[in-house]
Amino acid sequence: MAARPEHKPSPEELLRRVQNAERRERRGRLKVFLGYASRVGKTYRMFDEGRRRKQRGQDVVVGLVQAANEPDVQELLSCFEMIPPIQERHGGQTYEVIDLPTLFRRHPAVCLIDELAYDNPPGSRNPQRWQDVEDLLDRGIAVITAVNLQHIREQQLDVERLTGKRAAYSVPEAFLREADEIEVVDVAPESLLDRTGGTNRPDSRVLAELRELALLLAADVVDRQLVEYLEMHGVVARWGAQERILVCLTPRSNAVAMLRSGHRNALRFHGALLAAYVEQPGLRAEDRARLEQHLALARELGAEVHSLRGSDFVESILDFANEQRITQLFLGHTGQERRFWFSRSPIDRVIEAAENFDVRLFPRPESK
Amino acid sequence: MSGAARGKLKLYLGYAAGVGKTYRMLIEAQDLKRQGVDIVIGYFEPHGRKETIALTEGLETIPRRMVLYNGARFEEMDTDAILRRHPAVAVVDEFAHTNVPGSPRLKRWQDVQVLLDASIDVLTTVNVQHLESLNDQVYDATGVRVRETVPDWVVDEADEVVLIDLTTRALRNRLERGVVYAPEKARHAMENFFNEANLSALREMAMRHAAHEVEEKLRPIQAPAPAGGGVAAPENPPRGSERILICLTGRPSSAVLIRRGKRVADYLQADCLAIHVAQPHETGADAVERHLSFARNLRIETHIVHAADVPRAIADFARAQRITQIFMGRSLPPPMWQRFRETVVQQVVRQAKDMQITIVAERRK
Repeated sequence: MAARPEHKPSPEELLRRVQNAERRERRGRLKVFLGYASRVGKTYRMFDEGRRRKQRGQDVVVGLVQAANEPDVQELLSCFEMIPPIQERHGGQTYEVIDLPTLFRRHPAVCLIDELAYDNPPGSRNPQRWQDVEDLLDRGIAVITAVNLQHIREQQLDVERLTGKRAAYSVPEAFLREADEIEVVDVAPESLLDRTGGTNRPDSRVLAELRELALLLAADVVDRQLVEYLEMHGVVARWGAQERILVCLTPRSNAVAMLRSGHRNALRFHGALLAAYVEQPGLRAEDRARLEQHLALARELGAEVHSLRGSDFVESILDFANEQRITQLFLGHTGQERRFWFSRSPIDRVIEAAENFDVRLFPRPESK
Repeated sequence: MSGAARGKLKLYLGYAAGVGKTYRMLIEAQDLKRQGVDIVIGYFEPHGRKETIALTEGLETIPRRMVLYNGARFEEMDTDAILRRHPAVAVVDEFAHTNVPGSPRLKRWQDVQVLLDASIDVLTTVNVQHLESLNDQVYDATGVRVRETVPDWVVDEADEVVLIDLTTRALRNRLERGVVYAPEKARHAMENFFNEANLSALREMAMRHAAHEVEEKLRPIQAPAPAGGGVAAPENPPRGSERILICLTGRPSSAVLIRRGKRVADYLQADCLAIHVAQPHETGADAVERHLSFARNLRIETHIVHAADVPRAIADFARAQRITQIFMGRSLPPPMWQRFRETVVQQVVRQAKDMQITIVAERRK
């Protein structure tokens, strides 16, 4: 499930963001092309962008090219100035290390780095290539680079589950998330199979699953950037692209059905699952135990669990739901009939006040 | 249709004008032509974009059809001419386009259906905000109500959906450079619909929708309905399957309700039904009929039940049809002199405690 940052940023978090923003002013911009498999065409897209920037008068150089490239990429490459990597032999193996000293001296506006995931030989300035890229950015050089899903460290487990293989080199996902821009290079798996002759490649089903992972990762990155942008500009976050489900737990609610359904919905919509309960004083021991069980199940299903305080159950839930940009609120039916002909139940009040999210009522355990 | 296979549909999905959908589609068209495929341009919207126009060179274009409407001349895709020419593949820009009144079909996506039925493969372009099920979400995120929509099932039936991504910064740069629109229009666009927040939200929706389409195609093919089972077999829905019932009225908020219920049903792979309870002496039949026909267009099975007691009729119908989840809009607040009376929602909630009931928000701003 999508990990989300806490919604109300603390003062420290806001300070960090301001400092980040200031650092970014001086830093070169990082743009990453993300592909879901090799040969989706991200290398071409990267060099094509470099070419267009050059045509517009930007000072663009190439800091690293992979050995084997398709003819269309080779043709593009001919228009660039190259700063070839340094060849280093170490332990019987030849390494290619980005020539940072030369790049620093040359100091282009933009440097193109093909193949971001790579381990430098022992004794290098940085253990990994993405750290070399950080150094370029710190010197105010913009970098455009490309990476495959299989090389994103936090995604490698999922990729391995699908392909049975784990790439040797990796880049932390945080590096991708901190990038100024990320762009997905998408093609239909069918055309990928055609292009590569269909031999020695994962089948179309595996490719489709990898593709879905890459699209969702990119959507998460964009979502986080959007939320940060809105917060930085003091815009109230609006109901956005992602489904956010809040399950309201009480000792007596049918928590198992609600949480399971919430979990299923969150999975299907690739949304977020939250669970909340309102602290009540003087809860009976058996109710407390039941509530604890519900909370444990919520955590087990990957829900973000929140404890709310407030004298009024309905108000606490509504405030929290609005603050968290909830799109679906799950609530149990009440057991009681209306006590008086003019009284309003908590459910009536929630429905009346819910302007921005759906309210879904669940049967109580007994009535099943 | 006489045995020939239906044409394949490939969709280039973007999040705004100017992200490069048509450009990518034409590159693919050129590739196909180089491979010897018989491909023509059925409709192309140049928007004065030089790089894109250059890509049409060497491709045969079927001339557009002139349509006179209210004394003005309009140009539309000439579907009949494409059928006569009968290429293997046709390139059709702007899938969500609404044809000028008096055209054989209301929407371009319907013209595309005709081409597909004639075994012609189609490459086409669409932006995420044109998807019917996302209409309310797009409105929530951007404040813009998109009028030209395409039902989701049309997109779901596409054989391939490819996301055409571009960072919002790159898109805004393109706008500034006048690549997308003329300068005056570009400035206006950037201050309004094309602001950073709107574009990011739309981009995220496009990514999520592309992922959803990929997932749809990954799902195991469901067992066909048992023979003689009719449209839906409420006696014996597969175990664990959900059946969603949308309660329609003539109120305008029913459109939101239909889209929302259908979207949830699609994501949960649930059956989707709609009911309208017609009371004696009911007014506003036109609005109800509009909503029912809107629901049918989205492939929702619709029912009309005549009864005086609306909540009872809904609860009874839901039980008989083995509904697992009822979708309703919020009731209007009762008039002052009846303010202690239960609303329809309250009554359904009380009468159907054994069911899940979803009260859909109107999402007012």
